[in-house]
Amino acid sequence: MKKLLSFFPALLTLVLLTGFVADPAGYQVGDKVADFKLKNVDGKTVSLADNKTAKGYIVVFTCNTCPYAKAYESRIIELHQKYASKGYPVVAINPNDEASVPGDSFAEMKARAASKKYPFPYLQDATQQVARTYGATRTPHLYVVTRQGSDFVVSYIGAIDDNSEDAKLVKTKYVEQAMTDILAGKPAATSSTKAIGCTIKWKKA
Amino acid sequence: MKYLSTLLLAAGLLWAAPGRAQQVSVIKFADLQKRLSQQNDTTYVVNFWATWCAPCVKELPLFEQLNTTQAGKKVKVLLVSLDYASQLDKKVKPFVLKRNLKSEVVLLNEPDPNSYLEKVDPKWSGAIPFTVIWNGKKNKRATFEREFTQPELTAEINKFLL
Repeated sequence: MKKLLSFFPALLTLVLLTGFVADPAGYQVGDKVADFKLKNVDGKTVSLADNKTAKGYIVVFTCNTCPYAKAYESRIIELHQKYASKGYPVVAINPNDEASVPGDSFAEMKARAASKKYPFPYLQDATQQVARTYGATRTPHLYVVTRQGSDFVVSYIGAIDDNSEDAKLVKTKYVEQAMTDILAGKPAATSSTKAIGCTIKWKKA
Repeated sequence: MKYLSTLLLAAGLLWAAPGRAQQVSVIKFADLQKRLSQQNDTTYVVNFWATWCAPCVKELPLFEQLNTTQAGKKVKVLLVSLDYASQLDKKVKPFVLKRNLKSEVVLLNEPDPNSYLEKVDPKWSGAIPFTVIWNGKKNKRATFEREFTQPELTAEINKFLL
């Protein structure tokens, strides 16, 4: 125990120096993304490569339990309704550890997707590896990826709009603004934004 | 007449005296930014939290304890609630009262976090809890986008005091 305690500050320093905690590694705009294979609420697995006609995806890390994710739920559905037909469907991923947040269990995800009639896949990131790779830190945290040949490249990272509390008071719809540029074949003028959200509930190490 | 105004003043002072239930003032980012850049020998611990954020609520007692464990030292805790301003009377004030929070609590009323997160710290992605510890005189500052454990917080505070 004593040995462990004396080791701890060194470990903490290492963690701070490598910036793992304060500045998590993850995708930046322009990065190629690795494909994933995650279980959907319908029991099937979903990968980005599955949909051959997709020009890209609106990948959103979200969950059942966060008030911000709930506040944005219908706006996420609207994004899918607006952009799926233009080649950019929504893929929702729940990265929360179901052991720490029972409300985010696979069974609860199924129930949520059914009751709100999600028109998009709702995937469980059970190992949290996808969220780590993306560098997602909170829910909701959104990424627009665009097809380039056989790869998908990050075009936008961040918030959905500038008012989580009230959709009617939104002044700037960040994702829609970015999508307008992307659909016109241009890079998003504002390619990254920030927003308050719930910390992703990581598994206890 | 003069006597009456003195009496009123005294009553007013008593009214504002500590020991009364903690008030929660609603502030804009410009006010907070002034607070975040004070240059004196006090070590400030500013924690961004919300009543709906489970890890935030869990770690609040750690910040509260600093008022006793660091009493006599120049350490000041400021708890910045990121709850919606519309929830001030319904949620935030009852929470502060129920938890008997002794640290100063303010509610940051800014609808677009994208306008201020970067200014608080470029590394802050927007997840809470988020904590800033700084000492203007020592020109030292550290930020944490995560929940603390007791030994971690103590270790970080000590870096500023020793």
